[in-house]
Amino acid sequence: MAQTKEPVARTLPGSLETNRRLERWLCINNDGTVTVTPGKVEIGQGILTALVQMVAEELDIDVMRIRLAPATTAFSPDEGITSGSRSIQESGLALRHVAAEVRSLLLEQAAQKLGVTLENLSVSDGVVSARSGGSVTYWELATADLLAREATLDAVAKLPAEHVVVGTSLRRVDILGKITGKAAYVQDMALPGMLHGRISRPPGPRARLKSIDLKEVEQMPGVVAVVRNGSFLGVVAQREEQAIRAERRLARIAQWDAGEPLPDNDPRRLLTLPAESEVISEKGDAATTGEQQFSAEYTKPYIAHASLAPSCAIAQQDGGKLHIWTHSQGIYPLRGDMAQALGIAETDIIITHAEGAGCYGHNAADDVTLDAALLACAVPGKPVRVQWMREDEFAWEPFGSAMVMRLNAALDDNGNIVNWGHELWSHAHSTRPGGRGGVNLTAAWHLEKPLPAAKPGNPPLPGGGSHRNAIPLYEFPNQKVTNHLIRESPIRASALRSLGGHANAFAIESFIDELAEAAAADPVEFRLRHLQDARAKAVIEKVAQMAKWQSGEKGDGERGRGIGFARYKNLAAYMAIIAEVKVEETVRVERIWCAVDVGQAINPDGVINQIEGGIIQSVSWTLKERVDFDRQGVTTRTWEDYPILTFVEAPEVEVALINRPQAPPVGAGEGTQGPVSAAIANAIYNALNVRLRDMPFTRERIVAALSA
Amino acid sequence: MALTLQVNGRARTVEADAETPLLYALRNDLGLVGTRYGCGLGMCGTCTVIIDGKPVQSCDVPVSAAVGKNITTVEALAAGDDLHPLQRAFIAEQAAQCGYCASGILMAAKALLDVNRNPTDTDIRKALERNLCRCGTHGRILRAIKRAAEEMRKA
Ligand code: FES
Ligand code: FES
Repeated sequence: MAQTKEPVARTLPGSLETNRRLERWLCINNDGTVTVTPGKVEIGQGILTALVQMVAEELDIDVMRIRLAPATTAFSPDEGITSGSRSIQESGLALRHVAAEVRSLLLEQAAQKLGVTLENLSVSDGVVSARSGGSVTYWELATADLLAREATLDAVAKLPAEHVVVGTSLRRVDILGKITGKAAYVQDMALPGMLHGRISRPPGPRARLKSIDLKEVEQMPGVVAVVRNGSFLGVVAQREEQAIRAERRLARIAQWDAGEPLPDNDPRRLLTLPAESEVISEKGDAATTGEQQFSAEYTKPYIAHASLAPSCAIAQQDGGKLHIWTHSQGIYPLRGDMAQALGIAETDIIITHAEGAGCYGHNAADDVTLDAALLACAVPGKPVRVQWMREDEFAWEPFGSAMVMRLNAALDDNGNIVNWGHELWSHAHSTRPGGRGGVNLTAAWHLEKPLPAAKPGNPPLPGGGSHRNAIPLYEFPNQKVTNHLIRESPIRASALRSLGGHANAFAIESFIDELAEAAAADPVEFRLRHLQDARAKAVIEKVAQMAKWQSGEKGDGERGRGIGFARYKNLAAYMAIIAEVKVEETVRVERIWCAVDVGQAINPDGVINQIEGGIIQSVSWTLKERVDFDRQGVTTRTWEDYPILTFVEAPEVEVALINRPQAPPVGAGEGTQGPVSAAIANAIYNALNVRLRDMPFTRERIVAALSA
Repeated sequence: MALTLQVNGRARTVEADAETPLLYALRNDLGLVGTRYGCGLGMCGTCTVIIDGKPVQSCDVPVSAAVGKNITTVEALAAGDDLHPLQRAFIAEQAAQCGYCASGILMAAKALLDVNRNPTDTDIRKALERNLCRCGTHGRILRAIKRAAEEMRKA
């Protein structure tokens, strides 16, 4: 088979560069199967199916032969955190290279065995045949030491034109168990002798436990242990409902010091706080003035991941070792923080991943893992399953930060943007485990000898954190973009799907529409004229065509349509969205069209599934969601306090993929968040002539805007 | 206290307090973990089972109140390897991301299709009023239920 003759890269692809041993990634078994052991984990996005396809493709085997081993610190490669839509680039490209290299190692063995040259061999589903006759299988050729070596730069993967498995919509490998009620999640694991734990959290992030009499709870039915360490309070019981009852009693009798009151919950408060300010893009003369000057301010509130299953982990102390099962997105960084919090060696902690419900960023998966470990240490030998209650999850998960964006621009006589300014204020978007100089796990901050949290930070540009997607992709002669970072947040903030990209793209794309109107231009045409990037233009043109966009179209006082666009992180997927809204009592998003370019789509239907999900979640964020807190703590603690989009409200969504098999594959899960919010804001303006700049677009906000 | 439940056509005895939510008895005593916990407050639908033909949120029912009633859980949707039309349709439409919402939605949809083989889009959406999906799989789930209804009408 023809192989690529491209010049070889000097570094190995993806996570292979830092995890070079072949045997850590996959194993050819004598029973005709292949075990793949990626360090990235399934978080509901279907990544494992895509990885299976990439491996099957390079090895020339049927996908059914592939077994996936859960990621574990016992042997999986350290791939950091599964986030940022980077799994295909990092894990996928590593596995593609490993599989290509393993294939060539196997072919060398086969050539020797069959006494022919490599050119005379072909492979079909693991059977290597010589043109002159004779064959041997991978399963016969594989020896224990064949893969015991480092990857080299020699392996060459197939050309996209040769792909037969990659690029097809293989069905999800994990769907059957999920729809037949099998144990599919860490929440469903049951180990022999397993006990149930619950944690009694403080009433708010600054509260400290003053006093509690543990005796009456210790005597409750089924209670095995009550654990208090400083302000960390938990209970272990025989049965789950007994643990819940005991926790409720703890909550009733504990005496807390409230601590300093929390400030007002208003995103604009960010403008009043001391910030670290940095100009992240400057072009031309930002002070240039055009004919007409414009400015606008946009905000978003704190929002929650609100995964459907509260976080859960199981821990068991056994001899000197601590065994953990968790739905963490990063088992190695978590292990490091756990070791610090527990004061034990990293090598004595074995963390194995087990899937949880949908994960959209840094939720409470890591926190509950330390909770389970602290309780397990009180009952040595016994596995302890800790599940957070819904109210805990809503109150204690890390949130997507509130943000403020101030934009300004000038138009020249021809209605072109000659000057662009974007300032943003935000808390840091990453407080995951693995930070420097502290431990990022809730329970660690509540211990009698509390461990400080690591300094909150942002991933660096070009991907960025709060400044993700703050630099416009449009070409303006003069521009200045400034990031004002306020690291500490009154309620914990961390990574949520697209980080600052959501709010920045919302602001940019809303403002572009405001400017288009001032320039008396059609918003689609106005965008196209300020873009150079052909792939960007292609998704915008495509979505306009899908929605049959009419130049200059105007809503009718009730219905309207609007557009939004972004290239995720300015370096990954291109997404263009058109939303159609109907505004009556509330805003209803009825339809969404989306055109997207993710480069090479490994599994087109999987990509579309993720994009549909991102779109609906963003509709929900935009119309309904806001985390509330009072002086003491978070007050949105149930689905009634924090409603999300329902089946009655869900829009119709149509997604078109512009497939580019020659372009590198990039992730799809996050890029729609900002464009959707902007498209909705623009559609509401199109319908009603009122501009909403503060999310969420609730009924109250519409009414207020209409009467302003 | 020993309580006898009719689950998926079989009598099953659980040793639990009368006020234990049915959800925990199903999951922890009977090992029927397909019925999932999402909120424990009757607000998300992940724990939906069918009791005497009606979709019910099992986190909201004390186990003692379920005695003497017919309880069906997602594990009984398929007959052995023979998947229910709803399950086949979920696969055909790939109607899951994380899939955590799926059990409850399948049961709510079954309760609907058992009494209405020709539901409108609005009927289906209304039947899922009490089920949440955070991954945004709504469109595929609605399509899958429509597809299953069609298949069941043909059968
Ligand atoms: S767990 Fe029963 S409705 Fe949410
Ligand atoms: S698929 Fe994840 S909650 Fe519905």
